[in-house]
Amino acid sequence: MSDEFTVYIDGVEIAARPGQTVIEAADEAGVYIPRLCHLPGLPPHGSCRMCTVIANGRSASACYQPVSPGMVVENDTDDMLEHRKALIEMLFVEGNHFCMVCEKSGHCELQALAYRFGVTAPRFPYHWFPREVDSSHPEVIVDRNRCILCARCVRASRDLDGKQVFHFKHRGPHKKLSVNATARLKDTDIDVTDAALDVCPVGALMRKRRAYDVPIGERLYDHEPIGSDIEHRASSAPDPVEPAEVGS
Amino acid sequence: MSEDLAARVSAICREYGSDAGRMMDITRAVQAGFGCVSEQAVEVIAAATDATVADVESCVSFYSFLSSEQKGKVVIRLSDDVPDRMAGFQRVLDAFSDELGIQPGETTEDGAFTLETTACIGLSDQAPGALINDVPVTHLSSDSAREIVRELRRHMDPRRLVHEEGDGNNAHPQIHSMVRNNARGMGAILYTPYNRGEAVNKALSISPKEVIRAIKTARLRGRGGAGFPAGMKWEFARNAPGEAKYVICNADEGEPGTFKDRVLLTERSDRVFAGMTIAGYAIGAAHGILYLRAEYKYLRPFLEAQLEQRREDGLLGKSVVGREGFDFDIRIQMGAGAYVCGEETALIASCLGGRGDPWNRPPFPAVEGYLGCPTIVNNVETLCCVTKILEEGSATFCEYGTRQSAGTKLLSISGDCLRPGVYEVAFGITLRQVLELCGAEEPVAVQVGGPSGQMVGESDFDRQICFDDLPTGGSMMVFGPDRDLLEIVENFMDFFVEESCGYCTPCRVGNVLLRETLSRVRNGAAEPQDLDHLESLGETVRKTSRCGLGQNSPNPILSSLENFRHLYEDLVSEAPDGQRRSFDLDRAVQEAAEITGRDPAHAG
Repeated sequence: MSDEFTVYIDGVEIAARPGQTVIEAADEAGVYIPRLCHLPGLPPHGSCRMCTVIANGRSASACYQPVSPGMVVENDTDDMLEHRKALIEMLFVEGNHFCMVCEKSGHCELQALAYRFGVTAPRFPYHWFPREVDSSHPEVIVDRNRCILCARCVRASRDLDGKQVFHFKHRGPHKKLSVNATARLKDTDIDVTDAALDVCPVGALMRKRRAYDVPIGERLYDHEPIGSDIEHRASSAPDPVEPAEVGS
Repeated sequence: MSEDLAARVSAICREYGSDAGRMMDITRAVQAGFGCVSEQAVEVIAAATDATVADVESCVSFYSFLSSEQKGKVVIRLSDDVPDRMAGFQRVLDAFSDELGIQPGETTEDGAFTLETTACIGLSDQAPGALINDVPVTHLSSDSAREIVRELRRHMDPRRLVHEEGDGNNAHPQIHSMVRNNARGMGAILYTPYNRGEAVNKALSISPKEVIRAIKTARLRGRGGAGFPAGMKWEFARNAPGEAKYVICNADEGEPGTFKDRVLLTERSDRVFAGMTIAGYAIGAAHGILYLRAEYKYLRPFLEAQLEQRREDGLLGKSVVGREGFDFDIRIQMGAGAYVCGEETALIASCLGGRGDPWNRPPFPAVEGYLGCPTIVNNVETLCCVTKILEEGSATFCEYGTRQSAGTKLLSISGDCLRPGVYEVAFGITLRQVLELCGAEEPVAVQVGGPSGQMVGESDFDRQICFDDLPTGGSMMVFGPDRDLLEIVENFMDFFVEESCGYCTPCRVGNVLLRETLSRVRNGAAEPQDLDHLESLGETVRKTSRCGLGQNSPNPILSSLENFRHLYEDLVSEAPDGQRRSFDLDRAVQEAAEITGRDPAHAG
C-alpha cells in the first residue's frame, strides 16, 4: 500500500498504516504486545495498562495510541517487563483468584500472562475484599471475585449485543461491575447467546454447566504461552535495525 | 409517598429537559430534595431521561456528594486534610461525634444530622473547616463544634450559623459567608481593580487570530498545574473543524491545600467571565460552562447574579457588546465531589452527566471534547490572566516572571506559618522568599503543589517557583519541626486511594499497595528492602497510570523518600530471624487454632 510507513518496535522495523493503533500494527506484524482489556472488535478501553509501551519517549497505551511515521516504540524491555509483572500481580492481589479451583484455568488470560511473564507468586499482600457472586440467572454466573474491571463485557453488551447489561459502580478500590437492574442479573435482558459472555478474559462471567467442555490439558494456553498466535504471524523475524540509521 | 416521589423526581427531570446529559443536575436536585437518590428515584430518572438504571447508579455511586442511602436533613462534612489535622481536626470531629451521639458516616436516629469527613474543601488557611449542607464554617474548635450542633437543633438552618461575615464579597448578601479571603501581597496583576467590559471590548476590536497571538506573545501557560501553553490550546480548538465549540472554565479546585480560585471567584468573577468570553471569541465558541466544585456551591447564587448582570450589560448573550455574529453565554455546571474531575477530560465527562472517568487521549478535547465538539478547558486563574493580558497588553504581562514562566502566580499557603492565605507572586520567586512572606518561622518541609506535587526540604528552599524548577498549581503547605512528615504522606496517600476513579489498574490497586507498605514502615513492620519496593512500585504507578491523578499519586512517597529518606530509614530494620517483620505467626494460625480447638503454643 502506498501510504504505508515504518514504525520501529524494539528496533525491529514493521509496516504500519495511518489510522492504526500501535497494537494493531504490532499484531499484524507478528509482534506481541501483552494486553488484557483490549480485544479486536471492541473499542479500545485502556484500563489494564498491560500494553503500556514507550512511544517516542513517552508512556502510552498501545491499544489506543495511533502510530505515526518513524515512531520508535519500546515494548519488550527489562523496564516494561518489570512494570507488567507488577500490574499482573496487582490484579491477582486485588481480586480473589484461586486458579486451582477455577473453571477458567487454562483459558484464563490473566493466568496465562502470569505464566508467560514468570509471575509465580505476588510480592504484594492480598486485599481479600469480600466480593459478590451473582448466580441468580439460570444460565449465566457473575463471580466478582475474579473480575478485573476490564469492561470487555460492558463494551460487548453495548456494541455487539445492542444491550447495556453491564456497567460499573463506585470508584477507586471500591469500583465494581454492576448489572442493569436494581436487583440481580436475572432481572436484566441478558441472553445465554450474548457476545458479552464470550469475551471475559478471566472467570468472572461464565455460562453455567459448560466449564469443562474443553478438558484440562487441551485448553488455549496449556501448550503455548499467550501471544503465540500473534507471534506465529511473523514469517521470519528480521534483524533489528537502528532507527537513527534508517531515518537519516 | 412513593407516588409523590415519582411526581417530584419527574418534575426535576423535566426541569432539565429530561436530558441524560444533565444527570449531574438532576441527581443533585434529587439528593437535595430527598436526602438521597433512592432506588425508586433511580428508576424514575432512568425512565424519564432514557438512560439505563445502571447509568444512573453509576453516576450516583461515583460522587461523594450523592448517595443512595438516606442522609440527615443537615449534613456536616468536616474537612479532613493535612492543614485541618494540624489545626485540631480530631478534637473537632470528636466533639461533633459526641454532641450528636453518632460516629462519622452515621445519621442520627431522628434523621436530623449526618456526620461525615470529606477531602479538602478549600479552606486550609482557616482550618479546621467544614461544610454544613452548603454553608462553610471555619476556624472550628471543639467548643464551636458543640455550639453549632446546639444552635442547629434550635433552628436547623445552616445559613443562620453565619454570625460574622468575612471580608470583601463574602459579606455580599448573595454569599453571606464567614469565609475570609486572606488575600495578602496581592495587587500586582490579578487583583487590581477591574473595569467591566474593557477587556472584552478590546478583544472584539481585533480579530480572533490576533487575540490568540496576544495570548501567545504573553507566553501564557495553564495555571492549573500542567502549564500547557494556553495560546496553543486555543489555536488547536480554533483550527479544529466543528460547527459548535465550547469554552469550559475549570473551577473544580480540588488539589488539597488550594483555595486561590475561591478567592478569585469571590472577588474577581468578572475577570473570569470576561476571560471565558474572550476565549469564546478567539476559538469561535458560543457556549461557556463554568464547572464549579460542589464545595463552592455557596458562591453559586452570587455567580449567577453576576452572569445576569453581564447579560444586562450586553457582555454576554446575543451579539456581545453589539458585535453581530458573536453570541456567547455561560452556564454553571455544579460538580458533586470528585477530585479527579479537575482532570480536563474527566471534567468534560462529568459535564456530560456521567462518571468522572478521564478519557483516553488522543483525541484531545481541543479537537473532540464536550458533545464531541472542539473544547478548551482552562483554569480560573488562567482565564483571569487572559483578561489581564487584553487589558494591559502582552508586554506588561511579561514584565513579571521568567522567560519560560511569564506573569504571576497565585499561591494558596497554609500550615505552619504566621500569615496563611493567598499570595500573588511573580514566577521565579524562590521558595525561601515565599516562606519569609508568609511568616514561616521554622519550616522543615514544604509540600509544593499539593499531594500531586513534591515534599521538599531546606536544601530546595533556594529553588524557584516556576514551571521548569518547582512547578505548582498553587498549593503550598508549610510544615514545622513538630510535624510527623510520614503521617502527612500517609494522609496524602489516603486521599489518592479514595479519589482514584478506579479505571486503570496501577492507580486503583497500586495506590492501595503503596499506602499499605508505607503504613507498615510507620508501624515498624518493614525492612530496608521495603523502601526499594516503594520506589519500584511508585515508578510503575507513575509510568503506567492513564491520567495525571495516577501519574502523580506516588509523588508524596517518592519525593519524601528522596528528600527525607532518613525518616524512613529510622523506621526500618532487617528482621532478626529472617522472617518478614510483617508476618505474625500467631495471627496467621489463629483461625486454624480456633477451628481445631488446639493451642498453637503446644502444637507438635
